Amino acid sequence: MALNIMQLATNFADKNPGITPGHRLCPGCAAPNVAKFALMTAQSLGYTPIVGLATGCLEVSTTIFPFTAWNVPYIHNAFENVAATVSGVETAYRALAKKGRLVDPEKKYAFFAFGGDGGTYDIGLQSLSGAVERGHKFIYIVYDNEGYMNTGNQRSGATPPGSQTTTQPVGKKLPGKVQLKKNIVEIMAGHENVYVATVSTSEPMDFFKKIEKALQFDGPSFIAAFSPCVRFWRISEDKAVDISKLAIETGYWPLYEVERGVYRITKKVKELKPVKEFIKAQGRFRNLLKRPDAEEIINEVQEYITRRWERLQILEEATKDKPIR
Amino acid sequence: MAELKNWKELPIGGVIDKPATAKEYQTGTWRVIRPIYQAENCIHCMFCWLYCPDQAVEIEVVDGKPKMKGFNYYYCKGCGLCANVCPKTNDKLPEEKRAIVMKPETEFQE
Repeated sequence: MALNIMQLATNFADKNPGITPGHRLCPGCAAPNVAKFALMTAQSLGYTPIVGLATGCLEVSTTIFPFTAWNVPYIHNAFENVAATVSGVETAYRALAKKGRLVDPEKKYAFFAFGGDGGTYDIGLQSLSGAVERGHKFIYIVYDNEGYMNTGNQRSGATPPGSQTTTQPVGKKLPGKVQLKKNIVEIMAGHENVYVATVSTSEPMDFFKKIEKALQFDGPSFIAAFSPCVRFWRISEDKAVDISKLAIETGYWPLYEVERGVYRITKKVKELKPVKEFIKAQGRFRNLLKRPDAEEIINEVQEYITRRWERLQILEEATKDKPIR
Repeated sequence: MAELKNWKELPIGGVIDKPATAKEYQTGTWRVIRPIYQAENCIHCMFCWLYCPDQAVEIEVVDGKPKMKGFNYYYCKGCGLCANVCPKTNDKLPEEKRAIVMKPETEFQE
């Protein structure tokens, strides 16, 4: 059963999707939509979601004392261990089920862990890898806003090269961040017993379908969601969806999934737009564009994106119907 | 806006003992531009409802189909995402033909 927007709207017309209004994320932020889409899909398919949150924008803005914007069972522990915490919750559930002490054994649960890119790419990678390796049945969703935006735009492993951050500003010597963005999807796909997918809020149908697949997958799932930060990407508040669309069209954020080593590109872009369009649309690259070596850096990024896109297509063909586990 | 509690009224340990208490918090005071809904131009595609980060778009189900009702200005932060994703709203259309018009909040102050 593929969900559509009308169905979801009918289901949730007078019901809360799990995250309530009144949270204090910036106007136009994409992170609450990532959470909303995931929780709505789970509830529409008959699951009761349980949410764990890593420290990050979504956590600090939704749980400012004495308020909480969560209408579902919720747990926050620390920055680095959301995956470990949720795997513990899942194990406790299985233990209770084994002992026959569940109040309602028929009820289906979906275990969600949300983390920002700081809590996933850098700080929480160890506990995430451990939880996935142990094969807990949970869904880890990273909302990737490419930096430590909660504390005011510091560089993270997800920050693209040439981007302005407070810890690596664009100046006379350095063109902002010099390294390319870490490819977390490949790192997670390397665990092999896992369903990994990239999603974007600008493709809601694809989003729902992938969450549905993750819910039905027997094992851990990892979903990377593109989530523009209106404040520190220096874009207008109403442009989060436009930027996400541009990221897909330029190949900066390819939409694909890896299920036990089998690659599948879910959004085939016929001809990629030049990545320069994506870079020019955002204020965080404005200082980079002023530098004399801007073209070189953009070309380097363009070359990487083209190569990654070609590689994905080759992998899709090579791994077709050949699951590794 | 919710009243602040003193230390005697708070639960021990500062535990939040009810879910979804953020609903009491008014985020509408942040708004600088206000979306105005023009029902006659709406095609009820639910895009604004889907993309609103603050769930400030109110809908109702009529004959099994979801219908847009209007905006909840208690929560709307005025980001303008609804007008941006709306298929019946763009810069080329004249204002009276759009489904959502963004107007500065100053126009509504006494």
